[in-house]
Amino acid sequence: MALLEVSNLGIAFGGLQAVSQLDMTIEKGHLYGLIGPNGAGKTTVFNMLTGVYRPTEGNIVLDGQDITGKTPEAISKAGIARTFQNIRLFDEMSVLDNVKVGMHNQVQYGLWTGILRLPAYREKEHEMNRKAHALLKIFDLDGEANLKASQLPYGKQRKLEIARALATNPKLLLLDEPAAGMNPNETAELMNTVRSVRDQFGIAILLIEHDMNFVMGICEEITVLDYGRVIAHGDGKSIRNNPKVIAAYLGGD
Amino acid sequence: MLSRLKTMKKTTRSNLITFGIVIVFYLVVQILSGAGLTTRSFEGQLVPICAYVVLAISLNLTVGFLGELSLGHAGFMSVGAFSGVLLWTLVGDSLPAFVAIPLAFIVGGIVAGIFGVIVGVPVLRLSGDYLAIVTLAFGEIIKNIINALYLGVDENGVHFSLTDANSMGLSADGETLINGAMGITGIKKASTFTIGFVLILITLIVILNLINSRTGRAIMAIRDNEIAAQSVGINLTRFKLTAFVVSAVFAGFAGVLYGLNYSSLVASRFDYNTSIQILVFVVLGGIGSIRGSIIAAALLTVLPEVLRGLQDYRMLIYAIVLIVVMIFNQSPQIIAWRKRIIGRFSSKKGEPEKKEVA
Repeated sequence: MALLEVSNLGIAFGGLQAVSQLDMTIEKGHLYGLIGPNGAGKTTVFNMLTGVYRPTEGNIVLDGQDITGKTPEAISKAGIARTFQNIRLFDEMSVLDNVKVGMHNQVQYGLWTGILRLPAYREKEHEMNRKAHALLKIFDLDGEANLKASQLPYGKQRKLEIARALATNPKLLLLDEPAAGMNPNETAELMNTVRSVRDQFGIAILLIEHDMNFVMGICEEITVLDYGRVIAHGDGKSIRNNPKVIAAYLGGD
Repeated sequence: MLSRLKTMKKTTRSNLITFGIVIVFYLVVQILSGAGLTTRSFEGQLVPICAYVVLAISLNLTVGFLGELSLGHAGFMSVGAFSGVLLWTLVGDSLPAFVAIPLAFIVGGIVAGIFGVIVGVPVLRLSGDYLAIVTLAFGEIIKNIINALYLGVDENGVHFSLTDANSMGLSADGETLINGAMGITGIKKASTFTIGFVLILITLIVILNLINSRTGRAIMAIRDNEIAAQSVGINLTRFKLTAFVVSAVFAGFAGVLYGLNYSSLVASRFDYNTSIQILVFVVLGGIGSIRGSIIAAALLTVLPEVLRGLQDYRMLIYAIVLIVVMIFNQSPQIIAWRKRIIGRFSSKKGEPEKKEVA
């Protein structure tokens, strides 16, 4: 059974049909790309998958569980984590605390345990610190653990967002333009990181990206959206040569 | 000792300094008053100082850590004060003080907490200016209801009315407990500086521990970015409400401390001006800085006494101070200027200044 099965998904804002009849199947451990020209509805799809928007039609099934129209909180618990196109970190909190917030539902203790500093507090905080440092190390951020998130340079902020998303222990990770604003070296490094994250954590990754080298370089499967509809689906090679895709990107009919 | 301080975690060290300041202040005042070096008017200020410190710390939880502006904090103080003092007048004579006083605090805190839930559930659906306006309205509603409340007890049980004392229908030997705008009178004074000091310590322990826990991180995450907080599975309503209610409970405690310090208690004391005054403590001490709240609350409670001649202009001066502080903290030019000044000092130490969190 596939990890994520999206069938006939659609959403309308008033009279505007932003996405319609979207079908998508993501297997466990796959690297999947979602591409398309600006305004094609890619981020809208992410927002539906993570519960920010409630789809007006269709179904989303994650690992056999129907999550259509659930709250972002419930979907996070079900196992989808995401990053944002415009970075959304907890700016005033430390880098370490950003990751620890990501573990909110992974390592739990109650209000009173925290206030009264019961033995469980020490134990759980210790566990969180250990796991958070291990995650930061993967992204080469452990040296900056005590800085405020807003003090990190742009590229590292993007990495921290991925680390925070991974802290929620997801089955599926959604990356919204992870390479945006990065130079070719940083992009190449990020490609390796994304690949190794997939291998280490054994999770599926769905990503939106405009950098075609990035997408073609790491995605095993690609879906192309235009005006909210799927216009092509396949591996990198078939997408690259698909006349509909070329037309959508370069214009023409 | 000093070297151990340096190796400790930054937040732990900062918290210990905060506790140190409070304990040293308490000891110094105790020694001075023991030696007869304090004036009567200063001693009269000690309990209000403690009450305002607790209020400022608790409001800082809402304003600085949850990031929502609340203008109704005096309302929770008022509810706490009236319920705690009421309990004290009922059981103060029959129970020993060391039972009755804590009981009054517990009741005041619980009742304020219940009001925190009642107000918080609808209000926390809003944010920003709207939330501020609605909390202000709730504060005024609470004040006006208590102002009109008549409560009495006789052999038939408890009577109350919102119109006047007669319509309570008390029997001849019934006792009026709350007498409308006159409030509660004939309170046996119970608050002491030591009780206030202990309350500050409890407040500090609870609030600082809360901030440095999973719950506190969730609250701050909501402040920094609601959408991201939701995306990592944080229940916004639950943690907003937690912060708001804890804040209300401690405002209730402070109310009890304040109420038990005087022989009479009237609702009009807990008006809009009081809410603003508490907010001024928080803003002036630094939003999100617990230590700043304590210092600002203590100084600004003492200052009006010292500058008695300016009493009439207090609210005017507060307003000007608020505006100046906002400019000082927000204006890009001033921030750049401040950084230059700080940079000049800290370059000698070789480390750039960092803002404290708590």
